Amino acid sequence: MKKYIHNNIAILLLVVTSVFYSSCKKDIIDRTSLYPSLSPANIDLNADTWKPVLITDPSVFIVAAPDAITSPAYVADLNEIKGYQRSLTSDQRAIIKYWSAGAVLRWNEIMRDLVAKHNVAPYQNLDGTYPAPSSANPFAYPQFPFSNPPYSARAYAYVSAAEYDALIAAYHFKKQYNRPAPYKNDATVQALVPKSDLPSYPSEDAVISGAAVEMMKLLFPTEIDYIEQKAAEQKVYRIMAGANVRGELDAGESLGKQVADVFAARARTDKAGAAIGTPAYWAQLQTQTAAKGEQYWISLENPKRPPMLPLFTKVKPFLFDTLTVVALRPGPPNSTKSDAFKKENDEVLYYSQHATRANQDLVAFWADGIGTYTPPGHWNAIAADEFVKQNYSEVRWARNFALLNMAEMDAAIVCWDTKYFYFNPRPTQMNSAIKTLTGIPNFPSYSSGHSNFSGAAATILTYLLPDRGSKFTDMAQQAALSRLYGAIHTRSDINVGLVTGNEVGQYAVQRAQADGAGLGN
Amino acid sequence: MMKCLYTHLFKCLVIIICFWASVQQASAQAENDAIMIPKNYLCPGVMYSTSDWTNYWEGTFKRSNGNIGTLNTKMYSVMATYGITNNLIATVNVPYVTTNASAGTLEGQKGLQDISLNLKWRGLRLKSGKNTFSLLASVTGSIPLTNYEADFDPLALGSHSKNFTGRLIVDYNRGKYFITGSGAYMTRSNITIDRTSYYTTQLIYSNQVELPNMSDYNLRTGYRSKYFIAELVGDISTSLGGFDIRKNDMPFPSNRMNMTSAGINLRYRLKSLYNLEFTAGDDYVVKGRNVGQSNMVHGGITYIFSLSKKADQVSYKN
Repeated sequence: MKKYIHNNIAILLLVVTSVFYSSCKKDIIDRTSLYPSLSPANIDLNADTWKPVLITDPSVFIVAAPDAITSPAYVADLNEIKGYQRSLTSDQRAIIKYWSAGAVLRWNEIMRDLVAKHNVAPYQNLDGTYPAPSSANPFAYPQFPFSNPPYSARAYAYVSAAEYDALIAAYHFKKQYNRPAPYKNDATVQALVPKSDLPSYPSEDAVISGAAVEMMKLLFPTEIDYIEQKAAEQKVYRIMAGANVRGELDAGESLGKQVADVFAARARTDKAGAAIGTPAYWAQLQTQTAAKGEQYWISLENPKRPPMLPLFTKVKPFLFDTLTVVALRPGPPNSTKSDAFKKENDEVLYYSQHATRANQDLVAFWADGIGTYTPPGHWNAIAADEFVKQNYSEVRWARNFALLNMAEMDAAIVCWDTKYFYFNPRPTQMNSAIKTLTGIPNFPSYSSGHSNFSGAAATILTYLLPDRGSKFTDMAQQAALSRLYGAIHTRSDINVGLVTGNEVGQYAVQRAQADGAGLGN
Repeated sequence: MMKCLYTHLFKCLVIIICFWASVQQASAQAENDAIMIPKNYLCPGVMYSTSDWTNYWEGTFKRSNGNIGTLNTKMYSVMATYGITNNLIATVNVPYVTTNASAGTLEGQKGLQDISLNLKWRGLRLKSGKNTFSLLASVTGSIPLTNYEADFDPLALGSHSKNFTGRLIVDYNRGKYFITGSGAYMTRSNITIDRTSYYTTQLIYSNQVELPNMSDYNLRTGYRSKYFIAELVGDISTSLGGFDIRKNDMPFPSNRMNMTSAGINLRYRLKSLYNLEFTAGDDYVVKGRNVGQSNMVHGGITYIFSLSKKADQVSYKN
């Protein structure tokens, strides 16, 4: 009897173990791996007439006339495709599947990945000061960049806008040279991605990667190896898929780089390089706030960290001029000595002390803090999930991301201007009993960055996708509230931030209404 | 024949594994010792532990953090062990956990953590004179009792995974001295977090997180009489995967969390009132990776009684 029991126990343990193991260890499915191949509902053939961001005349760029499709060079290029297609490995098919979701989309994801990777604040020196990343010496600790929210907002904007302008230029040459895709010239070339009537010289995929790579070299200089590897993979993908011949890719890459040079020149002189400020300036922010009779912001980190990019406020915006930045600045926050201020801080204390699980969920969902793609990156991810459903052409993908990210960058500039003009303390600085449900950012409170970013993003996305109704504005509201529930911001901070963000977003809407692209689809 | 008094008692708090200090799971009935209780005995108890760390490891880089100060984790557990047979015991444990950081702004957490059920089976017992050799197998399953937030390290109450641990235990006893060695493998389920993307060594767009499985080796040795145990305990727990916290980054549930700890453990049963047992001990992390260098002090009280009229005598011996 005893033995019987023992045997059964052993079997039971085995069964329990295997059931448990099989039910709980499932492969993680990354939702971006499920995106279908891009099959544009409309190729937007008139995109050469759309209004670019920086370039003025596409014909100033050099794109040599393509070889005739009867030339030996073109035939050799076709043979390269056929060579790949004779024996595609499963790895190569996976590469085709990955990139076929769209070049603008995948480069946007690569950017988000790099932003998250570099979004870690520098560790302090032994003496309690902090080292700053240096673009001149990017590999030294702390590596350049620290891709915090303003830095990343700007990075997303430059890459997106450069891709967009490069595609407009590409459409100019596509129409000029009017060369059909390889599978239209040779029936033995298979199209392993959806076929397109868009002329294929120069390649739009290569134009996108050329522009993206060139911009990202500037923005993420320690990642050049990785970025170029991705670009090389993408190039081979187009050949393997029968979608482009090598000559079309080389021409596209060259054009993308030429257009990116225009953006890189702007980026080098847009004043972002000086955004970190100086110790004298940091001190001045305190004295000028104290002179107004207000409590000034103090870092809540230990050791105290200098404020994040106080002169980002001077960066040159995309959607309006620097005078408009000042004009968009909201009125002052409640005086730190007022009852209204205290009352609002008490509300924050309440949420700190009554953290429900639902509030924690909301706070974590929107936190987008250290080690993440930041709030602008989150809105890129939200937009990407929606754009995938729209079957946009690459150029419309690029245009819509450019609109979103110029709005986010300009929202960062206006928000930072507000934050450093008022230099307003965080609730926790005024009452140390206010504990936070996520990390507290190292810059002044008024107005909420999340709210500015979310307001701007929701405004332009609602314009671009009107059939989504209030989806994006509801999300923006949630993002803003998460900062109150997380005990990071007062209600004024988030409400004012949403209003200002919406105003910035309206500039993107005005641009979208006038750029010739229409709503598409 | 097997009419020995398998005895037992509760053990004190043994740390199955400490993930950060906050994820410490203590087990009343030690799943990694060789102590049993007789059939039809019930042994309920309560225990308490408090653990502190100031230094921690980001990967292999040891540091303190002015935005954490000292991180304290307290655990209050209620547990009960039941003797199903003289060679099979079951233990249920329910811990309530609080966490607090002495510096910085992050809010401490509190709540019920994971309920665990342990079955310990003695499969072999050889006795010759003063020598006794035993072979045991132990399995432990745990599931979270509440929807606490796992993605809030280092203040999270736990990893919020469903865990399953299988352990083999070898015990050798000579007179009043003993040595017990064991090895365990723990599988941990994926967890669901509140955000839809996270960065490990790359960005992953999912709210599911794969936690590395773990191995654990435990060695305990010392004095064991009928009413008293004094033992030194060494433990090596290793994540079989996971990634390092980068310099100055936030920790994450799927970090590679390793720790080597050393401790002392005392268990005492009153001769006059042998149903009552007191346990106390200390456990210190000597070496770690992506964990805090915690020191944990623990203590507990259990009360054992028989559910049948004619009961075997309870003691630590045999």
